[in-house]
Amino acid sequence: MSSRERILGRVRRALADVPRDDTPYERAVPRDYLREHGERSAEETVELLAENLADYRAIVHRCADGELPKLLARLMAERGSRSVLVPPGLPPHWIAAVDATRVPDRAGSTPHELDRVDSVITGCAVAIAETGTIVLDGGPDQGRRRITLVPDHHICVVRVPGQVVSSVPQALGRLDPARPLTWISGPSATSDIELDRVEGVHGPRTLEVVLVD
Amino acid sequence: MSGTYLGMPAFPEAARAAVRDRTLRGNLRHATHTIRAKRAKAVTEVSDWAELREAGRRIKDHTLRHLDRYLVRVEEAVTAAGGTVHWAADADEANRIVTALVEETGESEVVKVKSMATQEIGLNEALEAAGIRAYETDLAELIVQLGKDRPSHILVPAIHRNRGEIRDIFRAEMSEWGRPAPEGLTDTPAELAEAARLHLREKFLRAKVGVSGANFVVAETGTLVVVESEGNGRMCLTLPETLISVVGIEKIVPTWRDLEVFLQTLPRSSTAERMNPYTSMWTGTTDEDGPRTFHLVLLDNGRTDTLADEVGRQALRCIRCSACLNVCPVYERAGGHAYGSVYPGPIGAILSPQLRGTGSDIDASLPYASSLCGACYEVCPVAIDIPEVLVHLRERVVQGGPATRRGNKVLLKPAKGHAAERAAMRAAQWAFAHPGVLRTGQRLASRTRRFHPRTLPGPGRAWTGSRDLPAVPAEPFRDWWQRTRGGEDGTK
Repeated sequence: MSSRERILGRVRRALADVPRDDTPYERAVPRDYLREHGERSAEETVELLAENLADYRAIVHRCADGELPKLLARLMAERGSRSVLVPPGLPPHWIAAVDATRVPDRAGSTPHELDRVDSVITGCAVAIAETGTIVLDGGPDQGRRRITLVPDHHICVVRVPGQVVSSVPQALGRLDPARPLTWISGPSATSDIELDRVEGVHGPRTLEVVLVD
Repeated sequence: MSGTYLGMPAFPEAARAAVRDRTLRGNLRHATHTIRAKRAKAVTEVSDWAELREAGRRIKDHTLRHLDRYLVRVEEAVTAAGGTVHWAADADEANRIVTALVEETGESEVVKVKSMATQEIGLNEALEAAGIRAYETDLAELIVQLGKDRPSHILVPAIHRNRGEIRDIFRAEMSEWGRPAPEGLTDTPAELAEAARLHLREKFLRAKVGVSGANFVVAETGTLVVVESEGNGRMCLTLPETLISVVGIEKIVPTWRDLEVFLQTLPRSSTAERMNPYTSMWTGTTDEDGPRTFHLVLLDNGRTDTLADEVGRQALRCIRCSACLNVCPVYERAGGHAYGSVYPGPIGAILSPQLRGTGSDIDASLPYASSLCGACYEVCPVAIDIPEVLVHLRERVVQGGPATRRGNKVLLKPAKGHAAERAAMRAAQWAFAHPGVLRTGQRLASRTRRFHPRTLPGPGRAWTGSRDLPAVPAEPFRDWWQRTRGGEDGTK
C-alpha cells in the first residue's frame, strides 16, 4: 500500500464518527465578520494607509501624477543610489528624471548581480489601508519577486485611490492566487532578540512608498 | 518525533531545573509580558474579533471533518500548477523523501525557512546523516543552531536567550558555519541582526535548494502561504532553483477566501502586529520567477491518530500563533525546553502526547503541565479548548482506554506511576461514604499533627515532590462546628 493510500485510509477511519450528510462548506462557516472596519471615504482610506505604513517604519510620500518623476529622482539622489532595478512594464516616464544606471529585470541575472544594485522601483497590485500593506503580484510594473528583495532600497508606487482597499478581505477579492504574491508591511523586521523590534534583517532595510494621486 | 528530544525526563523534573535558572526566568518573564500586553492591544483594534475567531474555528473544523476530500484536492491543484506531491506517513518517510530530493539536485547544502514540521521530524539531523548541511535562516533559529541548543518557543525559538548570550554565541560559533561575526560585536539587537544579515546573505545568494513549511495550503487553488517578518523566508522561497515544502496535513484550508480570516487573526495573535512584514503565496511554479521545481511533502506523523480522537482532534486546528505560550503561567516559569518537544506550552501539552502517544514518561506527564487556568483557551484565535483536552488526556493516562496509534485502534493500559493516586482516590471515596470512619480519621490526624512529615513516604513521595502537604488543623472542622455552632456563642 502506498503512503498516500495509507494516510487517506487512516483519515477515513478516523472520521468514522462524522455523519455522511454533514453540513456543506457553504453553510459550515459563518461569515458574519466585517468586510471592513469602520466607514471611511476614499481619501480617509488613503490617509489610513499612509498612517499605518509609517507606523511600521515605511517612509511615505504623496504627490500628484505630474510630480512623480521629480520626486523619484530626488529620492534616488538623496540616497546616493547609482543603479536602479527596473521591471519591464514600469511606465518609462516615472524614472525619466532619475540619474542612475538602469538594470533590467532579467531571468538570467544571478542573485549576486542583484545584490550589487542600489535600489528598485516598482508599482503594486493593491494596497491595504487597515494593515498598512502593499501587495505585489509579479505584474509587468512589479517584476520578479526577487528584485524587491535583494536590493537594500525599495520604492513602491501606489496609485491612489484606485489601488487602495480598506481591508484584507477586500484585497483577497482583487488578487489572483495563480500569480506569485508578496505582501509587504513595512521593511524587513525581527523581534527575535528579547522581543525588541529591529528593522532590516534580510529584505530591503528601507521601504519608501509613494502615493500618487 | 525528533530524536533530539528522546530520553527527556518527565515534565516535573525538567521544570524543577528550569525554575531554578534565574537568567532563564528573567528572559522569559520579560519576553512573555512584553508580547502579552501588545497582543491584547492588537486584538482590541478589530471589533469583530469574536466573529473572526468563530469563523476560524469553523473553517478548521470543517476541513478536518472532510480532510480526505481536501487532501486529494490539494494534490490535484498543486500538480496542475506544476508541483509534485509526496505523501509521508511518518517522520522517517518524510526525511527519506526530502533527502532523496536534495540528493537528486546534486547539492550538499540547503537553506531553510523556520518550520515547525521539519523540526518535528528532525530533518536537519537526517540531512546531516546523509552529508547535507541545512542552514537555518530565521534569526532565532540561527541562534539556536549556532548555540547547539534546542528551540523553546514556537514563534521565538531563542526566547530563553538574552542579548548578551546571543552575542557570545555569534562570536564563538559563526566562523564554524561561514562568515564570522564582525570584530567588536556588541550586544545591541541592531548590531546582532546586522551580523546575522551578513552571515546569512552569502548563503542565500549561492543556495540552490530551499526547504520550508507552510502556514496554510489552499485546497481550491493549490496555493501555499508562508507568513514571516525578516525576509529570510522570501529569500529561501524565491532564490533557489528547487523548493521543497514539508507541510502537516492539518494546514489545509478549503478556499482562497478563507485566508481573509487567518491573515487577520494570525499576525495579531502571534507577534501582536496588524500584519507581519512579509507574506509569500505561491501556486506551483511560475515561469522564470522563483524555483523551477517545487515539491510538496504532505506529512501525517501522528496527525491522523490525533484526528481519530473526538475530543483531542481540535488540537489540529492550531495555526501555531503561540499566543497560548505567552499567557501561560506554567510556561513562563518552566520555559519551553521542559516540555521535551518542538511544541512547548499549553498547545504542546496537548499536541505532543497525541502526535507521539503517551507511552514515554515525558508524554504521560505533559497533560499535567498545566494549572488549568484557562488563559490559553481565552487567547486562542481558533478557540481550541486546551483545558478540556488536557483533562481528557489526563483521564487517558490514568485510566487507559481506547486510542489510535499508527492508524490502528489500541487499548491503552493505565499508566504505571498513577496506581497510588488511583488507590488513594478509591480510599477517599470509601471514607467519604462512611461518616464514622471519616470522623475517626480526622481526629486521629489532628492529634498526631506534630509528628506529620513534610513529605509523604513511599508512593506518596511523587505527589509531595511538587506540592506542599497541607497542614492539618488542630481540631477537625466538624468537631469545631459542633462545639461552637459556627462561633454563634462567641467562642472560637
